[in-house]
Parts: sequence; C-alpha cells; structure tokens
Amino acid sequence: MSASTIRLGALPRNVHPVAWWIWALGLATAATWTTNPLLLLLILATAGVVVAARRTDSPWGRSFRVYLALGAVVVAIRIVFRVLLAGGGDTTVFGLPELSLPSWLTGVTVGGPVTLEALLAGLYDGLRLGTMLVCVGAANALANPKRLLRAVPGALYEMGTVLVVAASMGPQLAQSSERVRRARRLRGVPTEGLAGLRSLVVPVLEDAFERSLRLAAAMDSRGYGRRQAVAARHRRTTAALVVAGVLGISIGAYVLLDPTGTGDIGVPVLAVGVLSGVAGLWSGGRYVETTRYRPDPWTWPEWAVVLAGVTAAVGVVASGRLQPGSLAPSVAPPTWPELPVLAAVAVLIAVVPALVTPAPPSAPRAAAIPEVAA
Amino acid sequence: MILLDRVTVTYAGSPRPALRDVDLTIPEGELCLVVGRTGIGKSTLLGTLNGLVPHFTGGTLSGRVEVAGRDTRDHPPRDLADAVGFVGQDPAAGFVTDVVEEELAYGMEQLGLDPDVMRKRVEETLDLVGLVDLRDRPLADLSAGEQQRVAIGAALTPHPSILVLDEPTSALDPGAAEDVLAVLTRLVHDLGITVVLAEHRLERVVQYADRVIAVERDGTVTAGRPEDVMADSDVAPPIVELGRLRNWEPLPLSVRDARRRAHELRDQLRETEPPRDGRHPGDPVLSARGVIVTYGSAIAVAGVDVTLHAGEVTALMGRNGSGKSSLLWALQGTGPRAAGTVEVGGVDPAAAPAEQQRELVGLVPHSPVDLLYLETVEEECAAADADNAVADGTCRGHLERLVGGVRPDAHPRDLSEGERLALALAIQLTASPQVVLLDEPTRGLDYPGKEQLTATLRSLAADGHAVMLATHDVEFVAAVADRVVVLAEGEVVSDGPTGDVVLSSPVFAPQVAKIVRPLPWLTVPEVAAALEPPLAVGR
Repeated sequence: MSASTIRLGALPRNVHPVAWWIWALGLATAATWTTNPLLLLLILATAGVVVAARRTDSPWGRSFRVYLALGAVVVAIRIVFRVLLAGGGDTTVFGLPELSLPSWLTGVTVGGPVTLEALLAGLYDGLRLGTMLVCVGAANALANPKRLLRAVPGALYEMGTVLVVAASMGPQLAQSSERVRRARRLRGVPTEGLAGLRSLVVPVLEDAFERSLRLAAAMDSRGYGRRQAVAARHRRTTAALVVAGVLGISIGAYVLLDPTGTGDIGVPVLAVGVLSGVAGLWSGGRYVETTRYRPDPWTWPEWAVVLAGVTAAVGVVASGRLQPGSLAPSVAPPTWPELPVLAAVAVLIAVVPALVTPAPPSAPRAAAIPEVAA
Repeated sequence: MILLDRVTVTYAGSPRPALRDVDLTIPEGELCLVVGRTGIGKSTLLGTLNGLVPHFTGGTLSGRVEVAGRDTRDHPPRDLADAVGFVGQDPAAGFVTDVVEEELAYGMEQLGLDPDVMRKRVEETLDLVGLVDLRDRPLADLSAGEQQRVAIGAALTPHPSILVLDEPTSALDPGAAEDVLAVLTRLVHDLGITVVLAEHRLERVVQYADRVIAVERDGTVTAGRPEDVMADSDVAPPIVELGRLRNWEPLPLSVRDARRRAHELRDQLRETEPPRDGRHPGDPVLSARGVIVTYGSAIAVAGVDVTLHAGEVTALMGRNGSGKSSLLWALQGTGPRAAGTVEVGGVDPAAAPAEQQRELVGLVPHSPVDLLYLETVEEECAAADADNAVADGTCRGHLERLVGGVRPDAHPRDLSEGERLALALAIQLTASPQVVLLDEPTRGLDYPGKEQLTATLRSLAADGHAVMLATHDVEFVAAVADRVVVLAEGEVVSDGPTGDVVLSSPVFAPQVAKIVRPLPWLTVPEVAAALEPPLAVGR
C-alpha cells in the first residue's frame, strides 16, 4: 500500500471487541430463527469470510478451526441420534436392526428403518446448532477475549480483573505440573496409585497457593480495590436495579425468541430489563475511580460492524414474519429448500465488515524459547 | 520520608518478634540497602513500608510507621499505592495483565489517572527502563531481567516517591543485574526517588548504597553509613572481607576504591606463589558429544560437547536463557534431546530405566521444592530410602553431613532456602549418582550459606563425584569451581580452568580478581593463604 492511499480510519488497528460480539450475536440470532440449510450455510460462509479477512495470528485467532470442528461434531451427533432413535416418516433410506426395549420404555424405539425425513430433520437441526456455535467462535477469533473483559462497564471492573487472573491460572497450572512431573521422574517417586497422585498434586497446589498469595500482595500494593466508601442505601439500590435488569432481559429474550409464544409482551419487558440493567451498572460505576489505558476507540467501523450484524438478525426475523414457512422448509414430505430472498440479502450484508473495517495490526513477534526449569 | 518509631512485629505462633524496637528515619532521595542473614526480617521490614505488614501478612505491629506523611495503621497497601511502589521477590508472580504496556498502565488505572496522562507516562517509563522494543510483547515471553525491569517500570508509573524492592537482582545474570541497577541509580540521582532494597548479592549493590540497614538475628536493626555498618556485618561481600583482612579504614566498597588501597597488597602478593592448587581431575565420568535441544523451531542447545571428570566441580555460566538448564536436563536424560550422545560409563542415561538413571546422574532442579511432597523431613528421607532400596537412614545421613541440625519433624516448606536445597540434594544423593548436577543452587543463599554449599560440593568432588552447577554467581564460581564452561545462544563459547576463564572476562571476574589484577588471585581465602603461608613442613 502506498502512503497516499492510507486514510486515518483505515490504519491497521483492532476493531472494538464489543462490536464484533454484537455482530456475531446478530448472526447467531439469525441462525436460531431458521432451519433452512441454504440460509444456514450462507450464515456460515459469511462468518468464515469475515474471520478469514480480519482475524489475527494469535492463540484466540487460531481457535476458529476448533469451533468449526466442534460444529461438525454437533451436526454428526444430531444425525446419529436421529438415526438411532428413529422418528416418523415414510421414505425409508436403509434399515437397522431394531433393539427390543423393556415394556416400560414404550414410545422409544432404537434402530429400525431409517427415513429420509429423520435424516433431514437431524441435519437441519444440527446445522442450526452448529452454526450458532461457529458464530460464537467467530466472535472469539475476531476479538481478544481479554480485551473484551477490559471493555466491561466500570461497575464490573473488578469482576473482569478476577476473570483475567483466573484465565491465566490454566496455563500456569499446566506449566507447574509439567515441572513437577519432571522433577518427580528425577527423584524416582512412584507415579502410580495414591502416592503418585499425591506427589504430583501436593507440590502443584502448594505452588498455586503461593503464587496466588504473591499475586494478591502485588495487586494490593498496586492499588487494586481502592474505592470510596459507598452508602448502604446506594448499594441496595444498585443491587435491586441490576437484579431487575437481569430478570427483565431473561424473560423478554425468552418470550421474543420463542417462535410459538406471544411475542407481544416480549419487547416491553426486554426494554424495561435493559433500561434497569444499564441504570444499575451506571449507578454502580459512579463510585469506581479506575480509568482505562488506551481504550479501544468506537468510531464508524464499529458502527458498521454492529449495523451489519443487527441487519442480519432483523432481516431474517422479518423474512419469517412476511413469508411464514420460508425459514423452516418442510422435511415431511422432503422438499428442496428455497432461499428466502429478503433473509439472504440481510445475511449477505453481514459480510460488509470484512471490507470496511481496518485490518488488524501485524502479529507480535514469535515467542522466545521457553525457560525449561523456570 | 519514611519514619519507623519503636516498631515491633510479631507473627502469630512465632516465639520471637521478626522485628524488635526498630527506630529508623530514611530521608528523601536515598538509596537504602537492607542486609541480613536469610530468613530474618528483611522482607518483613520492607513489607512494613507499604502496609503489607501487617495488613496483608497478619501478625501484630506495635509502634508507628509513617510513610510520605501517612500512618500505615490507617492506610492499607492499596491506599499507599500512589506513594510507595513495591516490587516483590518474584516479579512474574505479581503480573496482573499479559502485555508489557498494559502491565505498566495497571497501577495508574487503579489510581484513576487520566488516559492522556497514562499514555504519556507509559511512553516515558518505557524509555526509562529500556523496554521500548518490547512494548507489545507478552510478559511470559520475556527473560528474567526484562521481567524485573517491567515490574520496576510498573511500580514507577504512578510516580511514587518511594520504591521498595525485594532482591531485585538475585535471579539475574551479571549483565541483566547491571541493567537493573543502572535503572535504580538513575531513579535516585535524576528523579530523587527514595529507593529501599533488600539484596543478598551485596557485591553488586553495596557500592551504590547511601545507607545500609543491617537486620540482626534478634530482630533489631543497625542503620548507618555503608562503610561503618559493613565493618561488622555478619554478611559481607568479598571486597569487605578483603578490607577487613587488610584492616583498611574506612572500608572501601567499590572496586575502584579498593584498587587504590591495594598497591601494597599487590606488591606483597607478587612475592608469593600464585594459588595454583594442582587439583588433578580424575577419569572422565560423563561425556557428551553434539548435544542439541530444541523447542519447536527455537534452538536452546546447539551442539554442545562437554566432559565431566570425577573429583572436579564444573560451573556452567551464561545469560538467562542461554540454554544452561536445557543442557543440564539433557545430560541427566529426563529432558528432551534432539540429537547428540551422552554417556556415563558407557550407558546413555536417557535410554536407561528410571532406577538406573538416578544412579548415573542426579539433578537438583532450579526450584528444589518440586522434589518435595511430604509433610516432614523425616518422611521425605524415609521415602527416598525406600524408593532407592537402600538402608534406612541413608538419606538422613547425607542430610546431616550437608547441614547439621535440621529438625526431623519440620515441614519442608518451613526450612530455610539452604536447608531445603540440602534436603533435595540429600534425596538425590541417596541413589549415589556418579554425576551430580545442580541448577542455580545459590538462589536465596546468604554468604554463610554459600560457604557451606561450597564445602558440601568440594566434599562431593573429593568423594569422586563429578559435579556440575549452572549459576550466575561469579563469586561462588570463583570459590567452588575447578572449571568453567560458558554458554551463549546454546553454544560453548569458552571452556577452561576457572582462573583462565574468569580472568579473561570483566563480566565473570570476581571482585578480588578485579582488585589484584593482573595477579591471578580469585578469592579472599586464597589471598589470606598467600599472605600467611602455613608453616612449611619438611622443606
């Protein structure tokens, strides 16, 4: 790229992690509304293209593959279950020996003829779950989870720190148990049975405790947990607002996302919940004195990402309302699914972030040699 | 700036106070060095300065501690964070974030500083501690010296007026230690920050100190000018030992001052026989050819040839991360080895079954506690005897010989560093290995502890063991080693008798060698022996 083509907005930088999560949740929401395999594949492709264009070469960036594999496993499990616990349908594809079950398990048949209807239902259902999983994976691959925690509201700051510290415990425990395992081989301690377990667990846990104490001392010395005295009345108000918010959001989301339910009360309940939650977080954050170093900026690329994700969700929902049935193609009798145009266009808009967001900064330098005994 | 008024600290369950009746005033802009034996209240004294003692550690503090005008009775550590920067013994254990830049900003975020101010201070601090090139590196990928500098930088960004450090150079190679000390002296001289640090490696820091605080065994402290306090301190670097030997007044603390006083000494030494104690190494016990160790695409050891002889102590030196530990583990046979051969008496330890492996090569790892998992010293010794199928009491016997008087019912974690190392070594000796390898054995040992370890290793060598130890401690190497192997980037860059190797390099030269240069004396006992030759018998 020559210098003249670089604009400020296009300088390589990380897009705000919250924007990526909203975008991915929008896609996932779209996926929950449909079992149409064409639409689901389109959503998968959209997520894949954006991840390929905007992920970094970091441990979390490389994790997308794991989510793809996980999605495939979900589809396979769904199909296997459908095949084993045969459902209805007339179009037999092949037969399986039927397992005779005790009489109190009437209504459950294991084995027997496998129908195309059952296979398709399993495939569609699995694909929907798998797609949702891959959408979450996309968010994870695009946004450093730790930076997401840094973006939590002030009231949740300390909880975020605790999660960051907890996340670093895993690698540390692995490192420490590897060290102890090698030391144990040096000493020739029995490696089996209770004594073997003890010779591994005791030093590792002692190490972990000592580490935690040292970390706690260091955090205390560096001002973690400084805060003004807060009146009890204020604390109670904050707690009530947050609880009301969580309840409102849960109930509202449940009502809204349940296609069979009466969606009418969903929106107001959800709105009240969100408002109450935001008020609670604002009220809790008022007495927090911490600030953020180099917070991720929120400018037009972030808005574009959020808008793209929301468009996908809204488009698919609208398509379902306008053309009932287009989102859930019939499996009995099996028909070739058709791609609903409105929903497809909405999902395609979610590809836009791959084009308009700035590229991520280049990868940090490769890791140094691990200190073997340290 | 810092005021301690009749401070006594007693930990619950402890029969005697860790600190007793401490009266201390530290004015602004001083570099204060806290010295004392291992395991007495040095860390406690540092902890009182930002309220960690007793707010975090528990225990009872009587008296008054006033820091930057605030009484620590009413101010827990977090409320002193803007006034006192604190760097603990293991900087990596205190990291909260995972990238250099964010770690530097963490303390400021807690204080609620403005983002613009934070950005400016992070940039300044990156320059101050020399970490600009590493700003976006993960903390876990840094070397020990770099991590120490990050920890110091992170303590500095809130602009404290006092910086407290617990053993900032103990784990570092000589070069990295120089870098850290350069940062500290710059803070004192350019920014007027008061620095209080505890350190065992006095030879590295005592010359920079404006004041020395010696913590005595009974918990009282003596504070004063370095040359006065060091004159009768029970921990003393070689330069002070030499000064005491020659009755130099006032005591010189830097090599430069000592050299200027040492004309007479050098003249006397010239008259005597140089200290070449014809130790003749025995037969080769371990021979390694072309050893290569790799981790993924990174090369830790790049084709090393080394031979260890019976009755010889070999020191393995080199920067942090130069492949010393990897080489020791590869020689022992438990660690990975990508290529090359290792033979002990015709057997490759890596291919030998575990029981035989222990009889060929014993290794005491970097953190000896990894070897220990039982509740008492007695149980550990009994387990070692049983694992190796030797007579009861063998391990206990080794331990008694290494350090006398360890309580058999003590918990291994409650032992002093030196005793714990001795216990780990005794356990490894129970298998009676032909070769004994030690990884950084002097960490946390004071001078008397190192003297004891020197005697231990010499007696192992005298019994016919081949001994190799990886270490950064040049003074210890001068006292104990017959031969020095220096590694850099996984390759041997120098291998020869201790005198030849350490005298040819200013980084590895011990203090005595620097003072009597160009004469080939390395340690104070050698000089003392030369000046007062034992009565000649039969000549």
